[in-house]
Amino acid sequence: MNQAPIDSTGISRGSLRTYLTGFVLSLILTAIPFALVMSGTWSPAATLAGIFSAGLVQILVHLHYFLHLDTSSAARWNLLALIFTFLIMILFVGGTLWIMSNLNYRMM
Amino acid sequence: MTTDATTISTTYNEEVAHPDTVAMQTFGFWIYLMSDLIIFATLFATFAVFSRSYAGGPTGRELFDLPYLLGETLFLLCSSVTYGLVMLAVHSGKKKWVLIGIVVTFLLGLGFVSMEIHEFYGLVAAGHGPDRSAFLSSFFTLVGTHGTHVTFGLIWMAVMMGQVAVKGLTSPVQSRLMRLSMFWHFLDLIWIGIFSIVYLMGVV
Repeated sequence: MNQAPIDSTGISRGSLRTYLTGFVLSLILTAIPFALVMSGTWSPAATLAGIFSAGLVQILVHLHYFLHLDTSSAARWNLLALIFTFLIMILFVGGTLWIMSNLNYRMM
Repeated sequence: MTTDATTISTTYNEEVAHPDTVAMQTFGFWIYLMSDLIIFATLFATFAVFSRSYAGGPTGRELFDLPYLLGETLFLLCSSVTYGLVMLAVHSGKKKWVLIGIVVTFLLGLGFVSMEIHEFYGLVAAGHGPDRSAFLSSFFTLVGTHGTHVTFGLIWMAVMMGQVAVKGLTSPVQSRLMRLSMFWHFLDLIWIGIFSIVYLMGVV
């Protein structure tokens, strides 16, 4: 019976420190947009920008500290697949919004 | 068919799987997650198009309860961290802590799903179901798809509890725990998009 820890490439292992750092950063990055919206002190445009940037940074924090994605050779193919997927997502979401808003504009 | 045989077989052979098998399974699962990401991207695009199509019905500002949402978010975030601790216990071979960790993660995930079902039930009971407006249709589809993924993650976790208890931390079991870890962190990542774009931006 082989019960030794498996050594896999790609998604590598974390440590207690990376998980706790990720947790604290995520808590802060969750608290910021909620506080912005619940207090309503900023203008709607500034609040939207705040939510968007906090969300984006938190996604990067999760990718780095929880999914252990970096530029090391072991994770390179995972990173490449992710970047390619982002390209498709931008085409899908951006293209849909563009076409639908244009249609909406012409129907008015 | 060799890959299938190493994955499914429960004979002694699976314990001496080829060292590259785990790496291939991990990468293959990552590709699956990327295809899942595209499903969510299409649902996000649909929601973005319909996000103001209220058809005279309620708006996000009237429907969404932010403190409740914060509770759901914290349940899912904490479960992501406890699953990270499960993986640390897996790497150091502490079977008891792996089981305790999975149980805690399962309960936190169950808390999230229960809160979401309660929220959906409240919305439908108040007449704000998916049939009310295009906004609500796309809302239920996007958030419901995520909730379904979390539910399947919980089923997977229950299966893994059994496997760890019965089989111990063998290589195939470790490999499955690793893929479940990717799946669970991925769902938390999607949730960041949902609470930011659907809920918070809907209330602003």
